[in-house]
Amino acid sequence: MNVALDARQLACERDDRWLFESLDLHVGDGDILRIEGANGSGKTTLLKMLTAQLSPQAGTLTWHGRPLARARDAFFRALLYIGHAPGVAAALTAEENLSWSAAMAGIKASPAEIERSLAAVGLAGFENLPAQQLSAGQQRRIALARLELMKRPLWILDEPFTAIDRDGVAWLERRIATHCEEGGAVILTTHHTFQANDRVTSVVLGVAD
Amino acid sequence: MPRSTTGMKFTDEERSLAPVAGTTIGLSAVWRAQVKRELALARRRGGDLLNPLLFLALVVVLFPLGISPQPDLLAEIAPGLLWVAALLAMLLSLDALFRTDFADGSLEQLLLSPQPLPLLCLAKVFVHWLLTGMPLALCAPLMGVLLSLPGTGYLTLAASLALGTASLSLIGAIGAALTVGLPRGGVLLSLLVLPLYIPVLIFGAGAVQAAIQGGGTAPALALLGALLALAVAAAPFAIAGALRISVNG
Repeated sequence: MNVALDARQLACERDDRWLFESLDLHVGDGDILRIEGANGSGKTTLLKMLTAQLSPQAGTLTWHGRPLARARDAFFRALLYIGHAPGVAAALTAEENLSWSAAMAGIKASPAEIERSLAAVGLAGFENLPAQQLSAGQQRRIALARLELMKRPLWILDEPFTAIDRDGVAWLERRIATHCEEGGAVILTTHHTFQANDRVTSVVLGVAD
Repeated sequence: MPRSTTGMKFTDEERSLAPVAGTTIGLSAVWRAQVKRELALARRRGGDLLNPLLFLALVVVLFPLGISPQPDLLAEIAPGLLWVAALLAMLLSLDALFRTDFADGSLEQLLLSPQPLPLLCLAKVFVHWLLTGMPLALCAPLMGVLLSLPGTGYLTLAASLALGTASLSLIGAIGAALTVGLPRGGVLLSLLVLPLYIPVLIFGAGAVQAAIQGGGTAPALALLGALLALAVAAAPFAIAGALRISVNG
């Protein structure tokens, strides 16, 4: 069992308004959980709770049966998170960005491995250009190269399909599917519809009002 | 479903997703990676590095014009003036410490890393001091010449600034971490941090004053060292806590 993230009766209030209430979630091996909802319905807030950055106003979150806040260390070792802002420093090259990301994850990454993961996201030949000279989509791809570089069972991705072209979208969909076949799990917020969505569970936020 | 309490047990077929022992790195490698990144970022920004030095030089050039070019008077106020100018130069450079990292999402990555956050914060502050406080300490004696600072004060000036600016970087980083999420945090940062800067200023300027008047500089320098030791021990944890609060505020 790689992934066992459970949420019970999760709730979030903002400005005297419940963004979501009594939300139950289970994410285990092979699951794809897609969080949907209109703008401002609390998708990113939910992701922040699921990544232990915000504590929920009500309800409990557990990782392998332990409260998430206390299992932080083990949880962060299993987590690969790509947020709304992808965490790519504009002044650094793709290669520098990735080698820093790997070090922060505690993984040793050789230049050859970094080159290979950049090639996988279609950035071969762009390794030594500062990220600010690349397009928005290419900068997103630098962040997505982390999916290739680091082996982490749980991926949490905030709008991963933003600014990615059609080939990139197809690649990412395939990559998410293979990750789940290998026993990983993915939680993502997106408006994108999956081609093969038999394993995708959807949660829709903000329909109660 | 059997409850696993560790969350770290894997069967053979699932092992592919777990980091293999031997491919993980130690804390010293994490420290090196963070320092290397900060140095690379600073190199690319280039011009920003000169701003604190330029500020110090401007203050030192303008003061004699505004007050009086009399060497006696200037020598009298030189220790305090150089220290205040260096302190303000440090303060001005602090606002940018976490700002770009916050905007591009790197800070979020840092917070979600399994590495100890205080260590990563300390690495960031170390590079800030190396590229701001250290150059100020090295250039201040040169500025002292312009203010006709007596020759006996130069070494103490550099030493007190080297020790003191390290404390200023560490203390200031707490304020920078607390205000990183605010759109115009600069003013608030100054208000938060200035009261904590005062002891460093008093002992720093005091050490130089003592050196000029022929007194012992050891007590003041020792106190600066003690302040630095306290800051190194406590500030990284405060910075880490402050970052967690302001990134998710």
